[in-house]
Amino acid sequence: MALVGDGAELSRPLGPAFARAEPSSADVEDYVALLKPRVMSLVVFTALVGMLVAPGHVHPVIGFTALLCIAIGAGASGALNMWYDADIDAVMTRTARRPIPAGRVQPGEALAFGATLAVFSVAVLGVLVNWFAAALLVFTIFFYVFVYTMWLKRSTPQNIVIGGAAGAFPPMIGWAAVTGDVSLAPFLMFLIIFLWTPPHFWALSLLKSDDYARAGIPMLPVVAGPDETRKQILIYTLILAPAGLAPSLFGFAGYLYGAVAVGCGAMMLMLAWRVYRDRTGAAATSAAKKLFAFSLLYVFALFAALLADNLLARLGLGV
Amino acid sequence: MTAGPDDGIVLTDEQKRRRRARSIAIALSLGVLVALFYAVTLVKGPAVLIRPL
Repeated sequence: MALVGDGAELSRPLGPAFARAEPSSADVEDYVALLKPRVMSLVVFTALVGMLVAPGHVHPVIGFTALLCIAIGAGASGALNMWYDADIDAVMTRTARRPIPAGRVQPGEALAFGATLAVFSVAVLGVLVNWFAAALLVFTIFFYVFVYTMWLKRSTPQNIVIGGAAGAFPPMIGWAAVTGDVSLAPFLMFLIIFLWTPPHFWALSLLKSDDYARAGIPMLPVVAGPDETRKQILIYTLILAPAGLAPSLFGFAGYLYGAVAVGCGAMMLMLAWRVYRDRTGAAATSAAKKLFAFSLLYVFALFAALLADNLLARLGLGV
Repeated sequence: MTAGPDDGIVLTDEQKRRRRARSIAIALSLGVLVALFYAVTLVKGPAVLIRPL
């Protein structure tokens, strides 16, 4: 069809497909749900810590802008993830009530919403803050959407191990928003979240393995079995606990952070050991639930301690 | 007056309410974006776009 010329073409009435098109029934809450606000809260908090512990000063307006862009970028990734995964979300009890499988948001609406927010978040971060942080945000969105969602999630039990990198980038982006570069300290923050992701998600997947199996997702408990998953959870926690101490060992944090990292690391190890030990019945379910719940607290506690330690040091009260 | 077959899509009251809520959310988002650019321009000064990449 020519774009210009035949007036009859341009004035052609809409076809039957358009006549049958349903108007959107999405509410604002459905679009908010597409942003995965609970995941966003962790992203915002770790990015804020990365920003506040970075050397140098950032104007509060610029800092707020960076944080907003990182949050929106993470939300865009969530929306694009829900668009692509709508088919498997529909068959999993945990995700069946999400806006797309529930029929409240059309897939095309979610795609347009996610893509628009992704482009805007990166562009605004680049123009108003700096392009290095924007490049990191692009990579994070790309990694989550294309590498994790479209490739790894449906093809390998190592999906959340490698895909966990996407969730580990926000503190690095926060740091880069202030300094314009990255160094060892943000890499250590990245490493903590990266190593934390497998025990966190595998504890959940132990509880939801039937769901994942029904959806055909090759999560570790589905492919290798729950016993192998328990072993891997313990191994990763054994690596995570000392890695959590790294900021103190490398001199980026003081004794306050070190004490929190030791205490929380020991608790993670104890809970991971219980998951490894208790393999049947209610004890096994309870152990996995407790590890999953505490793992959320673990990452918040470590980053809160890192922030408190840094603020105390800046006030000359460092311990 | 009732909707005839040639009147196209007729929204229900609930759909109209949701469309209005979405429109307000979009307007607020654009307002925040405008305010953000204004505030950053004040903070950074006129050189906000004049810098090496």
